Amino acid sequence: MNLVWLQSGGCGGCTMSLLCSEARDLFGLLDDAGIRVQWHPSLSEHTAQEALRVLEDCASGAMPLDLLCVEGALLRGPNGTGRFHMLSGTGKPMIEWVCGLAARSRYTLAIGSCAAYGGITAAGVNPTSACGLQYDGDARGGLLGSSYRSDAGLSVINVAGCPTHPGWITDTLLALSLGSLTEADLDPVGRPRFYADQLVHHGCPRNEYYEFKASAEKPSDQGCMMENMGCKGTQAHADCNTRLWNGAGSCVRGGYACISCTEPGFEDPGHPFASTPKIAGIPIGLPSDMPKAWFVALAALSKSATPRRVRENATADHTVVAPALRKTRLK
Amino acid sequence: VTRLVVGPFNRVEGDLEVTLDIADGVVQAAYANSPLFRGFEQILQGKDPLDALVFVPRVCGICSVSQSCAAAAALADANGVVLPPNGQLATALILANENLADHLSHFYLFFMPDFAREAYCGRPWFEHALRRFEAMQGEAAREVLPARAAFLELMGFLAGKWPHTLAIQPGGSSRPVTASEKIRVYALLRQFRGFLESVLFGDSLEAVAALDSEAALRAWRDARPVQAGDFRFFLHVAEDLALERLGRATDVFLSYGNYALPEGKLFGAGVWDGAVHPLQPDAIAEDLSHAWMAGEPAVQRPQEGMTLPDMDKPGAYSWCKAPRWNGRVCETGALARQVVHGHPLVRALVAEQGGNVCNRVIARLLELALVVPEMEKWVQALRIGEPFCSHAPMPPQARGVGLVESARGALGHWLDVHGGRIRNYQIVAPTTWNFSPRDRDGVPGALEQALVGAPVGDGEETPLAVQHIVRSFDPCMVCTVH
Repeated sequence: MNLVWLQSGGCGGCTMSLLCSEARDLFGLLDDAGIRVQWHPSLSEHTAQEALRVLEDCASGAMPLDLLCVEGALLRGPNGTGRFHMLSGTGKPMIEWVCGLAARSRYTLAIGSCAAYGGITAAGVNPTSACGLQYDGDARGGLLGSSYRSDAGLSVINVAGCPTHPGWITDTLLALSLGSLTEADLDPVGRPRFYADQLVHHGCPRNEYYEFKASAEKPSDQGCMMENMGCKGTQAHADCNTRLWNGAGSCVRGGYACISCTEPGFEDPGHPFASTPKIAGIPIGLPSDMPKAWFVALAALSKSATPRRVRENATADHTVVAPALRKTRLK
Repeated sequence: VTRLVVGPFNRVEGDLEVTLDIADGVVQAAYANSPLFRGFEQILQGKDPLDALVFVPRVCGICSVSQSCAAAAALADANGVVLPPNGQLATALILANENLADHLSHFYLFFMPDFAREAYCGRPWFEHALRRFEAMQGEAAREVLPARAAFLELMGFLAGKWPHTLAIQPGGSSRPVTASEKIRVYALLRQFRGFLESVLFGDSLEAVAALDSEAALRAWRDARPVQAGDFRFFLHVAEDLALERLGRATDVFLSYGNYALPEGKLFGAGVWDGAVHPLQPDAIAEDLSHAWMAGEPAVQRPQEGMTLPDMDKPGAYSWCKAPRWNGRVCETGALARQVVHGHPLVRALVAEQGGNVCNRVIARLLELALVVPEMEKWVQALRIGEPFCSHAPMPPQARGVGLVESARGALGHWLDVHGGRIRNYQIVAPTTWNFSPRDRDGVPGALEQALVGAPVGDGEETPLAVQHIVRSFDPCMVCTVH
């Protein structure tokens, strides 16, 4: 399968993340799956004219294009011209290149939340009229339009995340090479379900603090970050705490809130990222699928049952009260 | 004079277009264009000051931590918070982790693959270069990527993830380290040292760091076979192709100094033009005359800087503004950092030959040898159980400046908080310096100067000498305009 990778209104961080792949040999993994990287802006030998010949051949159909990976938002400004990103050496806006190539590709992948939904580049006043390939925030449409289908009949595959996880990219590419990814394997906002049908909360190492509503109050505290620190791990779709990042990490493991970077519109939460918006002392954003009254009742109950160890450790930056030592032969 | 437009220029971070005027087989004039504008400085206006920690790392996926560090430093400057020693050490470890991983990526993935191009097939070293460095196919990448990923597991422990961590806070780090993690991070560093010593250097880091003259470097190179370590091999290629004669720029070098530790910065700050001058941040201004940017006056200090895109501006040819220090064009990066700091080998090389393709690469690899042993000491100096982060409120009105060094050079953030919100945020990135367009006096930027005189062979579509020169700066175009 021929793969072409383009970067537009983003930071290149999803490529950098991909290079952190724990596959012993990333390039070997792709080779073995029969994936030929015909052009990647950070990795290929081809530059300038050599690279343009590849892109032109794919756009004309002379070279079959199986996998079109786009990283970064699509910049429609100023005034719909796309001139905020002209693909260098071509005098042509990147959005035109992307439309031309997407019309030929067997599968089209948005790598990262910018390419999927607009992401960070679309934040605030969205100075460049940035959008995703098939979404503009959570509205279907985007650059290619809601009815777009790649040659294989699929919508754009949104490998969302900011950055996306290297494993989300390689698992998606391998599933496509094996012919085992269909429209039914994508969630309602186009993300592969293998990672999007989970919550960041699953596997959170702060779970005991969550259970007792023993909350962190400031950066470096060990407690649950949902009540005060803006954490959206109980709502955000991703497997960050079961798959892990850079061997041992995740956002919450790094001591900071999940900002739900796999979700459309995460860039404009309507409140400062590091603090939890509340009404009458209760966080607005409650855990997914949980009835509010039950949450409030359970929270009150668990707060009153919090062990001293959990309460004191929650606002400390290291364990100040160790678990009690029980007699042996635990039952 | 014939005109050649080169793009998309790959194996640099982001999109780059270079226009060359060529006559008599050499480049007569060059124009660097950063063709992508995203508008971060506009996006940040009106946000909560701490939200900068979410946005600015996403300026760039390869300098992500550097951007975080500059923002955290600007916020700390604004609210006066003082970092505890553990906070300084953890921040330095995370920043060094990114910077050194970037040096490694640059050498193996971005720079060396050009020597495996068919155009060099007659050279005595070509077969080895092809086997080892061919883009995505060479054996080196298959050793380097796992070693790099393992080295970046430090981020998993200290920063949650890379890129785009939120662990770096104005008051230190949100991620306290436990006793067992301290040992595991130390073990990661020792493992990375082992990789560098066997694969890159074929010698101990200390032996490389101690090289203090051109003669010492030459003697070190010749003490073992050509293929004993990729650095040694590079030195042979560089001599054969006379890379020391390619890509000389202004020979004015700027560094903000780096790795703020309890005892002070590991590498000092300043400007070097034959002698070191104090940095004087107020001497920095950005010239808008050839950028697609409106705004008066046309020369602005970053603290009063504006970002108002205007693509129809006459005479403009890039989204990049033109930063100047006391009106002068500066080069920044590892070479600048080490010449300003005064490493004897780099001082000797620059005194002899100035800044050039070969010396830029040497300085980068030298930093790998210099900084890994320091990181080993920093991990050991972490005091388990003591604070990693201090806390202070942000006043409703405040100004702050954050100056750090990313892998590719001097990165500055200028923050203005008004009414508890960001009123203005200006970023001047390393490649903004190196790849700046002309200023109002018509003086070209550092790369534009470095390209003049580059040889262009008959029928070369994308002259190899030009490619070596451009990539020797390790440019990051996404940071450049942001």
